[in-house]
Amino acid sequence: MKKKRKSVSYAKWGYIFILPFFICFFIFSLIPLVDTIRYSFFEYYRSGIKEIGPNFVGMQNYISLLGSDMLKYAGNTLILWVIGFIPQIVVALLLANWFTDIRLKIRGKQFFKVVIYLPNLIMASAFAMLFFAMFSTNGPINSILTSLGWISEPIDFLGSVFGTRSLVGLMNFLMWFGNTTIMLMAAIMGISQDIFEACELDGCTSVKRFFYITLPLIRPILAYTLITSIIGGLQMFDVPQILTNGQGNPDRTSMTLIMFLNSHLESRNYGMAGALSVYLFIVSGILCFFVYRMTNGNNDDGYGSKAAKRKLKEARKGRR
Amino acid sequence: MKSKKTRHGQTILAYVVLILLSFLCLFFFYILIVNATRSHADLQKGFSAIPGTYFLENLKNVANDGSFPMFRGILNSLIVSSCSAALCTYFSSLTAYGLYAYDFKIKKAAFTFIMAILVMPTQVTAMGFLRLITNMGMYDSLLPLIIPSIASPAVFYFMYSYLQSSLPLSLVEAARIDGSGEFRTFNRIVLPIMKPAIAVQAIFSFVGSWNNYFVPALVIQSKDKMTVPILIATLRGADYMNFDMGKIYMMITVAIVPIIIVYLLLSKYIIAGVTLGGVKE
Amino acid sequence: MKKRVVAVMMAAVTAAGLLAGCGGGQGTDSGSGDAQSTEEGKVINIYSWNDEFRTRLEAVYPEVESTSDDGTVTTLKDGTEIHWVINPNQDGVYQQKLDEALMNQADAAADDKIDIFLSETDYVYKYTDADADVAMPLTDLGIDLDTDLADQYDFTKTTASDQDGVQRGSTWQCCPGVLVYRRDIAKDVFGTDDPTAVGEKVKDWDTLKATAEELKSKGYYTFSSYADTFRVYGNNISEPWVTTGETTVKVDQKIMDWIESSKEWLDAGYLDKTVKGQFNDDWNKAMGSSSKVFAFLLPPWGIDFTLSPNWDGDTGAWAVTNPPQEYNWGGSYIHAATGTDNPEHVKDIILAMTAEKDTLLKISQDYLDFTNTVSGMEEAAADDAYASDFLGGQNAYEYYAPVAENIQIAPLSSYDQGCVELIQNAFSDYFQGNVDFDKAKSNFETAIKERYPDITEVQWPE
Repeated sequence: MKKKRKSVSYAKWGYIFILPFFICFFIFSLIPLVDTIRYSFFEYYRSGIKEIGPNFVGMQNYISLLGSDMLKYAGNTLILWVIGFIPQIVVALLLANWFTDIRLKIRGKQFFKVVIYLPNLIMASAFAMLFFAMFSTNGPINSILTSLGWISEPIDFLGSVFGTRSLVGLMNFLMWFGNTTIMLMAAIMGISQDIFEACELDGCTSVKRFFYITLPLIRPILAYTLITSIIGGLQMFDVPQILTNGQGNPDRTSMTLIMFLNSHLESRNYGMAGALSVYLFIVSGILCFFVYRMTNGNNDDGYGSKAAKRKLKEARKGRR
Repeated sequence: MKSKKTRHGQTILAYVVLILLSFLCLFFFYILIVNATRSHADLQKGFSAIPGTYFLENLKNVANDGSFPMFRGILNSLIVSSCSAALCTYFSSLTAYGLYAYDFKIKKAAFTFIMAILVMPTQVTAMGFLRLITNMGMYDSLLPLIIPSIASPAVFYFMYSYLQSSLPLSLVEAARIDGSGEFRTFNRIVLPIMKPAIAVQAIFSFVGSWNNYFVPALVIQSKDKMTVPILIATLRGADYMNFDMGKIYMMITVAIVPIIIVYLLLSKYIIAGVTLGGVKE
Repeated sequence: MKKRVVAVMMAAVTAAGLLAGCGGGQGTDSGSGDAQSTEEGKVINIYSWNDEFRTRLEAVYPEVESTSDDGTVTTLKDGTEIHWVINPNQDGVYQQKLDEALMNQADAAADDKIDIFLSETDYVYKYTDADADVAMPLTDLGIDLDTDLADQYDFTKTTASDQDGVQRGSTWQCCPGVLVYRRDIAKDVFGTDDPTAVGEKVKDWDTLKATAEELKSKGYYTFSSYADTFRVYGNNISEPWVTTGETTVKVDQKIMDWIESSKEWLDAGYLDKTVKGQFNDDWNKAMGSSSKVFAFLLPPWGIDFTLSPNWDGDTGAWAVTNPPQEYNWGGSYIHAATGTDNPEHVKDIILAMTAEKDTLLKISQDYLDFTNTVSGMEEAAADDAYASDFLGGQNAYEYYAPVAENIQIAPLSSYDQGCVELIQNAFSDYFQGNVDFDKAKSNFETAIKERYPDITEVQWPE
């Protein structure tokens, strides 16, 4: 009852508050996006500096993309993302849990937090350059390993599928686990200490506490992490691009979807790039939908906040 | 007794893991900085863990190179990144609050819409974006690097999640009863509660904007408006004519130092913000 | 209290951000809006990817008055300003911006029009294309090809000409390739480091192969990587990659020869397996004193800008001699943009920079460039003033000049840059044994069609 009255009198503020976002979005993203989608139905590219098209070709771009290696690149992207994400989320959860566990007296927390976030600060392209130099066959890593006597002749890291993919995974892990840790920590610290205290009184172990209290309560942020990571993974570009000089060598096994898109953009193939973007758009939409559903239980109200709110209200009531 | 023992073991494990990870993280920075202190000829001889003596020389090369106005670039990057971070966190919070605290007709549609555009790869719209800002007369200015950050779906979603878990609507209602206007409520009550989230996102968007290369490279044309990543690319892209790896390492070092300073400053603020815990009072 | 402070701070920062942003925007508008031009424009816009051309121009062009501290504006004596628009080559940014500007050339305000732009040999053809017509024929500027450019090397004129043979650009440098070798290794293996004697050992591919075996038995590599030899084959192809008007990439027999010999040489151990490609760390290290690589195939710029900074041993350890086959590599061309509002200035700059023998000789002496003057380079070859300390007192022009005269420029197409880059990439997997020959071929086909959407087919020689 009360709620309804409120909605009548304050609705206009809702509109006012979200207006800047939408105006900005419409101007700077939607217009370019519509452009992109429109051109996906055209044959439109540059040959040298002559423009070919735009000629309307219907679904031709979409069809020829299906006939290309697009699915293979999608697979590559998935593999590269998983290699980086799994250690990232596991380590981040572990660290966030340790950092926020008042019973573990970890000294120098601040120092560790600052350190693990550092790799995220460096430009991805510069980081990739650094890795490329370090893991080259005559680079520092090989010379260190050789002088330690662990290997007799240099390992050709970037010459093998396994080596290249592992390096990409390692870099993504290093760049993002600190970021994720801080995010999850903020979430865990948002949980009321009362709950942890109550749990302690009930005598649960830290493992139990982690799985039964912490994990469910940080679900919204976890979902956020997962979604942003999936989007980030889908958009993976700088690292493999620079590490493999844009070719996804060896044998195009490290070619990601955005690298594929980039090679179309580089050739100013607006039509193909547009179609590929639309595919990407659809795929990421579907992925996020699933993840969102998964992490928010089975309520079907699109933005699934009610269940969370209800839980929170109960928790708050309990606290009082 | 037993639990104490496992706790002890856990602490040791935690230290081992942390030290290992810290080593991994610092190792690369160490190499970067060591390399920044060595001359190109030294670098050619192979890797060495001992810093060289060319630090000042390299720094001088970077600072005095008129064709790569590094300090001007850092200033530009600072302007762009701080403005983006401020706009992005403020308006994302505003939007998130608007959708969280009010009930109105298109609320659900608006939310779903933002969630849908969350997944849009930025590279896709780049060409259209360039055409658009050229027509709007904003080509070669810092504005198109700043203003679009008002609409950051990812930050919005983070803010929204944070509001869900931290802002009881009763607090807003209480403010209304006290006669506080809606904007006032947002600025005085909601924003402080969101401080930890804002701090975290401010860092992320600052870093993101600082490291952004793709869009500035398309938009910025004149030397005095270039941001740091473009300058680095210019140096690196100056191909065989400007072959000096020591200088490049130094430039990367110079480029990441300001961001580390900003991070160190803000990171304290996050911890303070998180422990303050807005809702409790 | 604290909260209020933060809120105020946030508001202040936001406002400051908006103000700062607005300030930036207005600055731009007023910057481009002033100075309406009449007749010959007041601003010459030059597009380039680095400051190489600017430094050359400042050094030798007599009309230069001064250059601003940041290097973006050069003022000429008659008050005309040259605005330098520099974009990095990296990630194709330079060509992208140039293309964008060229396409808007007709609508641009007089002072925003491009007047001069530069291109490299790998993509010069894209801009000299007659149908695209973005680079003016030199004769339209009033340059007399027969008298004004008589002393230039013929191949540079061919390179800068379109499919109908109309010259649309001119260069100050030529890039004849030579073989640069380590004197100490030559002494160790052949007992002599005399350029003539070593030249005899590398005079053609068959002789060079025997020499390679000799080097290998002493533990040396002949070249560093398979990419090193590419230009010798790739810039001597007999047919263009793509014939004008066709959409088929024809892979030349020379390229297949390169693939075959590279694989053979790599497997035989004549090349350093750990070096992959060029302009990377491994390649740089191969030029250092601890490397076992005997020689590099480089043009003059390669010796001065790549080899010399990477060499960490005593000065004078290198020498040049004839390559197994004549070739050229690189070169920057100056073009007058169609629609320029400063044709007189542009003509003057092109002539001063690429056709004045004295100017060119000064560039050669100051920057060690091999410049585009046949008689001048012949003189340099005989003049000890041009000897190089890095090459142990050898006068390298002695070897450059004959190579330059014999260069037959390979037939060009607008697709060269992509073909050259992608074929090396596709086959490096094959050389390293990651994929078989046919897979490498199909990888090249995929990549080239991606790069050039209008390519429909790739033909391989029988």
